[in-house]
Amino acid sequence: MLHTILVLCPALGALIVGLFGRYLGDRASQIITCGLMAITALCAWIGVFTYMGEPAFKVHWFTWISVGGLEADWSLRIDSLSTIMMLVVGFISFLIHVYSVGYMSHDPSKPRFMAYLSLFTFAMLMLVTSDNIIQLFFGWEGVGVASYLLIGFWYTRPSACAAAMKAFIVNRVGDFALMLGIGALFLVFDSVSYDVIFNKAASLADTQIVLFGGTFQTLNIITLLLFIGAMGKSAQIGLHTWLPDAMEGPTPVSALIHAATMVTAGVFLVARFSPVFEFAPSTLAFVTFIGATTCIFAATVGMTQFDIKRVIAYSTCSQLGYMFFACGVGAYQAGVFHLMTHAFFKALLFLGAGSVIHAMSDEQDMRKMGGIWKKIPLTYAMMWIGTLALIGFGIPGIGGFAGFYSKDAILEAAYASNGSFHLYAFWMGVLAAVLTAFYSGRLIFLSFHGEPRADHHTMEHVHESPPIMTVPLMVLGVGAVIAGFVAFGMVEPEGNWWGGAIFTGPENHVLHAMHEVPLWVSLAPFFAMAFGLGLSWVFYIAMPGTAPKIAAAVRPLDNFLRNKWYFDELYDRIFVRPALALGRGLWHGGDQGIIDRFGPDGVAGTTWGTALRIARLQTGYVYHYAFVMLIGVAVFVSWYLFLQR
Amino acid sequence: MTDGLALNLTPLLPEIVLFLAALALLVVGAFKDKEGARIVTVLAVISLILAALLTLALSRTTVLAMGGHFVEDGFAAFFKMLIFLGAAGSLIVANGYMRDAGIERFEYPVLALFSTLGMSMMVSANSLLALYMALELTSLPLYVMAAFNRDTVRSSEAGLKYFILGALASGMLLYGCSLVYGFNGSLMFGELGRALSVDGRLPVGTVVGIVFILAGLAFKLGAVPFHMWTPDVYEGSPTPVSTFFASAPKIAAMGLLIRVLMQPFGHHVVEWQQVVILISVLSMLLGAFAAIGQTNIKRLMAYSSIGHIGYAFVGLSAGTEKGVVAVLVYMAIYVVMTVGTFACILKMRRDGRYIETIADLAGLSASRPMMAACFAIFMFSLAGIPPLAGFFGKLYVFMAAVDAGYLWLALFGALTSVVGAYYYLRIVKIIYFDDPAAAFDNTPHPALNAVSVIAAALILFFIVVPGPVTRAAGSAAASLVTPASGAANVPAPASRVTALR
Repeated sequence: MLHTILVLCPALGALIVGLFGRYLGDRASQIITCGLMAITALCAWIGVFTYMGEPAFKVHWFTWISVGGLEADWSLRIDSLSTIMMLVVGFISFLIHVYSVGYMSHDPSKPRFMAYLSLFTFAMLMLVTSDNIIQLFFGWEGVGVASYLLIGFWYTRPSACAAAMKAFIVNRVGDFALMLGIGALFLVFDSVSYDVIFNKAASLADTQIVLFGGTFQTLNIITLLLFIGAMGKSAQIGLHTWLPDAMEGPTPVSALIHAATMVTAGVFLVARFSPVFEFAPSTLAFVTFIGATTCIFAATVGMTQFDIKRVIAYSTCSQLGYMFFACGVGAYQAGVFHLMTHAFFKALLFLGAGSVIHAMSDEQDMRKMGGIWKKIPLTYAMMWIGTLALIGFGIPGIGGFAGFYSKDAILEAAYASNGSFHLYAFWMGVLAAVLTAFYSGRLIFLSFHGEPRADHHTMEHVHESPPIMTVPLMVLGVGAVIAGFVAFGMVEPEGNWWGGAIFTGPENHVLHAMHEVPLWVSLAPFFAMAFGLGLSWVFYIAMPGTAPKIAAAVRPLDNFLRNKWYFDELYDRIFVRPALALGRGLWHGGDQGIIDRFGPDGVAGTTWGTALRIARLQTGYVYHYAFVMLIGVAVFVSWYLFLQR
Repeated sequence: MTDGLALNLTPLLPEIVLFLAALALLVVGAFKDKEGARIVTVLAVISLILAALLTLALSRTTVLAMGGHFVEDGFAAFFKMLIFLGAAGSLIVANGYMRDAGIERFEYPVLALFSTLGMSMMVSANSLLALYMALELTSLPLYVMAAFNRDTVRSSEAGLKYFILGALASGMLLYGCSLVYGFNGSLMFGELGRALSVDGRLPVGTVVGIVFILAGLAFKLGAVPFHMWTPDVYEGSPTPVSTFFASAPKIAAMGLLIRVLMQPFGHHVVEWQQVVILISVLSMLLGAFAAIGQTNIKRLMAYSSIGHIGYAFVGLSAGTEKGVVAVLVYMAIYVVMTVGTFACILKMRRDGRYIETIADLAGLSASRPMMAACFAIFMFSLAGIPPLAGFFGKLYVFMAAVDAGYLWLALFGALTSVVGAYYYLRIVKIIYFDDPAAAFDNTPHPALNAVSVIAAALILFFIVVPGPVTRAAGSAAASLVTPASGAANVPAPASRVTALR
């Protein structure tokens, strides 16, 4: 009951406000959606205290599909993993609903925005609580639609529409693989239910499947397909190009969907399917490799961006890489742990950035900010908390911000694991930690410190945001500080946090091993962080002007990073333009040139031509008429005679 | 049955009534100067209705008369009903136009009556001689009627063209008749049928004769390639005359053609079938394509009638009783659609002048919704769109063709009707969706409204009660096909021929 209310409240809000928001008015729409989200958040908290660590159970709604061997229900699967996800989604979504009331106060279509947010929350909750892969796919696509709608919320901007389409289309690539994966799961397991799949996975570990003439391990193929789906949703390298563009959406959207919740769906998927992934070593290696590569790639790009939201977007991408390689080395718990802490501090950072943007009259370029920290001290403080949590600030042995616990856990797990690519992942993780600290420091120093670079007019208007925006910030700030400490039990091997929700194979002892790593491994993240942060202080506070000089010195590298490794250009050349050319070719050549030309147009044209020609036979001369008659008789007679003889 | 010259005139009662009425009306018209035309028209319509009632009352069994030259059977009765009603309808709608055009003369209904008498005899003709006589009796008044508005060039031209080409066609027909007679030694359909009911090849002369007879009758029907007169005559003649042309004579010629093909030459269906199919295909093609570019509604209707004769021929080409039934139903529906459409065209009058261009119909739905609705019903029906009667007409003929193994012909017909649908639907589009042109005059002739509304209702409700028409057509076709074989056992006609000599 609790969970049913929890999941359906946002749906109700979306329905009411989406359909009748125009008649309800702005204020009523905001109250309804926020109120219903408050119920959801409350339920999520109750759920955490009641069900965390308990064994999984089902809340059955009704049977959805029952065709032959295909049985899919509408039901909720409640276990520690879904409970923690419900908390993250429900609670942060509630905070962002509230924040949006302030942030969108000047927007003309508030009900629509609130309805979309609630719709997204509903779909995300369906995703994390699903009990079978069909329902999971429902949620998966639902969040995709909501994301599309929210990225393109300001639909009068061409760039927003383009970004929305890009997000949708790039995600379709991943979704296609996910669909294949779902099909493969049903094919192999003969069921779409998690229970059946997870119980049978071990027994299928050694089966083979023949695909395109090659023989592969069945579970490797299935998990690979699922992971490619996850890569799309979680913006991993290769399918990441949509995420930075998605910052076209309003900032609360970026905070909720493109930082805290939806983009982590991929990590959730991998953790949820840990009983299957554990038997797919090749896929795990691939996951580790992709995660680590994304982690370093996004961090390098993040260093060079100037749009405040884009920096945070690349940071998100990078942090998702951490989560994935944590899963890849077998430490799913660490991955989900980081997912949870990240949700708090990244939402905080985005909302803080939103507050900054709000204060700077919608300016997003950090080069046009600076010198505003005294004017918006609360936002400034919250940004620092978020930053420290992100870079994992803390004193080894004593304690620190949220990211300190989760990031350290991931790096230790990467070092201690015996999976493929684990050292690659470790070193990339450490390097990325340096870069994370650097670009985070750069963000703070560029935006808040130094000489004011905005024009006089803007500077005069710099103001602290209203309480409706700063209170959620502070709540998230609290989360960013304590989440790591409170939930550290997640990665304790003896703890009873998970209640069996995450499966670890018999060979997988990473949770034990990560606590027995050499001291330098434990200290590495701290020094990486300190070095990166110090470097940014030197570049942007102590010796401003250094950064451009260095950038000029390594111009090709700088260009390479600034242009995001030329991924967009590459995709444009390889996929977009050929696809457009093909489409145009089929349009002009195929449709217009062949189908229309010989089809409708051709037939119509021929008919006209024939009609005109036949009408011209009617000359009006009586001797022509008589001639035609005689010819007709002659033809008939000769035909008859030939036919007869 | 008595022999010798003691003629049994009972089967000829309708014809006698028409004949006497025509003669009497001639006198009446001559003595009534001014309003003579109106009275004569009314009386002519009454006598046509009387003739129709007499036809209905006459026994349906096959009866020969006039020494076997004249036959009264269910088939002839069916066609006579159509002819009389079609002629009456055309006369009713004619009056107003004639008055407005200043050519209201009492000769017109009298000529129409004489022509109708000829048609009535055509469908009852049972010998080559009667066939030719009846055909000429039909045609001569038609020539005059085509040129009835003799002060205009176009009407005179129409009459002249029709006369010259009609003479040519008559010549062909006569030549065909003489060839058939010469090679088979008889003029009587019954005897010809018996003589030709041997298997194997027909003599060349007979074959050529059949082709020539076919050509002569196809001319009256306006089937390709003997159609050339149709558009010019339809356009040039006064509209009521076009109405008359499009209805009764076509019915009569079709009836005669069916009788000739099914009775004397009924044993050699396979051979005349080829020509009928060819004419059918050509007519459908031309009817579909040539009408597209037309701007004059009467000209368009001319091409439309060519196409419809083509469709009727599809049923005929099956050469079966079912095919004949289909043609009968088709012609019945056709005559209603045609008279109705022309009644609508006769209402196209602006500032006291009759107009004929399609563009003038623009936006008719706004100013004259009732007329527009009738027009649309006729157009949809002519295009053969369900659930209107025109659809069923096509359905029956195509079914007959398919049953006889001519699936391709049915498909071809369906395709050409798609092309044809274009110009019919275009008129509907112009009526309903184009910017309104100036409104038409209110029609002062209630008869026009009555005819068009009744015809539209018949077309619209055919689907509800198709029984009367299809049943009548069924028994008519049966009376044509069955006695043809049954007559072979009866030696009576031969004796009567000798008696006549």
